Amino acid sequence: MARVVSLNEAISGAVHDGDVVALEGFTHLIPFAAGHEIIRQERRDLTLVRMTPDIIYDQLIGMGCAKKLIFSWAGNPGAGSLYRFRDAVENAIPHELEIEEHSHAGMAARYQAGASGLPFGVLRGYRGTDLSKVTTSISEITCPFTGETLAAVPALTPDVGVICAQQADRKGNVMMWGITGVQKEVVLAARRSVVLVEEIVDQFSPKTNGVVLPAWVVDTISVVPSGPHPSYAQDYSHRDNSFYASWERISRDREAFLAWMTEHVLNTGDHDAYLASLDGTRHRSDS
Amino acid sequence: MTSHQPNTEWTSDEMMTVAAARELTNGAICFVGIGLPSTAANLARAIHAPDVVLIYESGCIGAKPDRIPPSIGDGILSETADAVISIPEIFSYWLQAGRIDVGFLGAAQVDRWGNINTTVIGDYGHPKVRLPGAGGAPEIATSCKSVIITLRHGPRALVEKLDFVTSMGHGNGPDARQRWGLPGAGPQVIFTDLGVLRPDEESGEFSLVGVHPGVDAGDVVRATGWALKVSPSLVETPAPTERELAALRKFVSHDQ
Repeated sequence: MARVVSLNEAISGAVHDGDVVALEGFTHLIPFAAGHEIIRQERRDLTLVRMTPDIIYDQLIGMGCAKKLIFSWAGNPGAGSLYRFRDAVENAIPHELEIEEHSHAGMAARYQAGASGLPFGVLRGYRGTDLSKVTTSISEITCPFTGETLAAVPALTPDVGVICAQQADRKGNVMMWGITGVQKEVVLAARRSVVLVEEIVDQFSPKTNGVVLPAWVVDTISVVPSGPHPSYAQDYSHRDNSFYASWERISRDREAFLAWMTEHVLNTGDHDAYLASLDGTRHRSDS
Repeated sequence: MTSHQPNTEWTSDEMMTVAAARELTNGAICFVGIGLPSTAANLARAIHAPDVVLIYESGCIGAKPDRIPPSIGDGILSETADAVISIPEIFSYWLQAGRIDVGFLGAAQVDRWGNINTTVIGDYGHPKVRLPGAGGAPEIATSCKSVIITLRHGPRALVEKLDFVTSMGHGNGPDARQRWGLPGAGPQVIFTDLGVLRPDEESGEFSLVGVHPGVDAGDVVRATGWALKVSPSLVETPAPTERELAALRKFVSHDQ
């Protein structure tokens, strides 16, 4: 049953060195605050899982938290490269990063299998590509009914799944709306789940395209307003596009990156202090 | 609406976007990525294809943005969509089920068969440049009924041999898709900032069928990494109209 705890407590309880950790959220509702807390708590040797390693994984990789990355698209959406990720893959800085690379459809099938308690997912994918040559977790299976050869990918069952949602209610049910990506699947597939919400409400009101996770599949809930920043929570905040655009300037040089991370993440005790440290540069929500 | 821009002035990227937009027919169900594909698809919706259905892999079906979204999961997409669905659903019920007419893909490298690399430049284990990777592209290339490719022309972009095959076009020849059992027809056209390439009727190789205004076919051949065949019926792309440019610039001026 979901317990309401501080984010510090949620991360220290759920995320251990060497764990397989998935922070999901497809452009929308990315749990940046949780990533920052993992960095503050200096977790090491993590296998990080995420369809679109965004700036949040660039930060975790650059700060030396990751030994392996399982992913399908690693870029700064609409803005360019992830330089800390590239430095790790191209130059083994700060250390070597093992990669396990899929397509979006493959990752989605893996999470779906994990959420379903099935050993593998199946898709009409990867045919004729080099991905199956470099990624050992891409295999083939013949359909017993039609004879068609399909791709088979193993279930993803992370130790920890972390997501952001807009709301929880008093009983610990969680509700999100807008683009919800693979968030439901990662919570159901993970052994432990950490959910960050904008607020706790007495009762949910129906939302178009709303998704509800019952309290009994959620382990901890932390109230972290603007927890997705620079990502966003629909109806609470806007995406901070100028931050995404500035990431190249911040991260291209490793020393500049480390100075920024020290000032805004390591030297800030929590997410409120992180947001305050960006005041003046942060895109303010008015909705 | 009239534009004060003289219609003889446009950038080669604008020409590429306009040419790609014209390819989309009204009512087409179109799977678009962020960047030029999204801009071109929205331009088509503004000009000649008001009923084109834009599907973004973030799960937004029928998005109708009034500005070009800077990311594939921008709020303007979910707020204007007919339906917003999960990622597993978009790739299974919608893409793999064969419901999409046109897939719109960019590329770091493309070869004469329309195969695409978005993974690495150099050796996979020790890449010179690590690119973002596959995203939705391999299955878009597999399952959409047809595929449009856009990229800037250059000998390091249109190459003899890809460093990595991220998404399959026509493999090593015209019958490869059938041998692999790929349901869609694959890439049908490549729009670059210099011209238009389509499969040659005999060989199936991508060949130059159009050049943009002011571009010399010989220059396009020299800017291509394989021995590019020039079609005997080569045409010049009609220049962007004032209306197209005005609509495009209105979108892009909102793009922060």
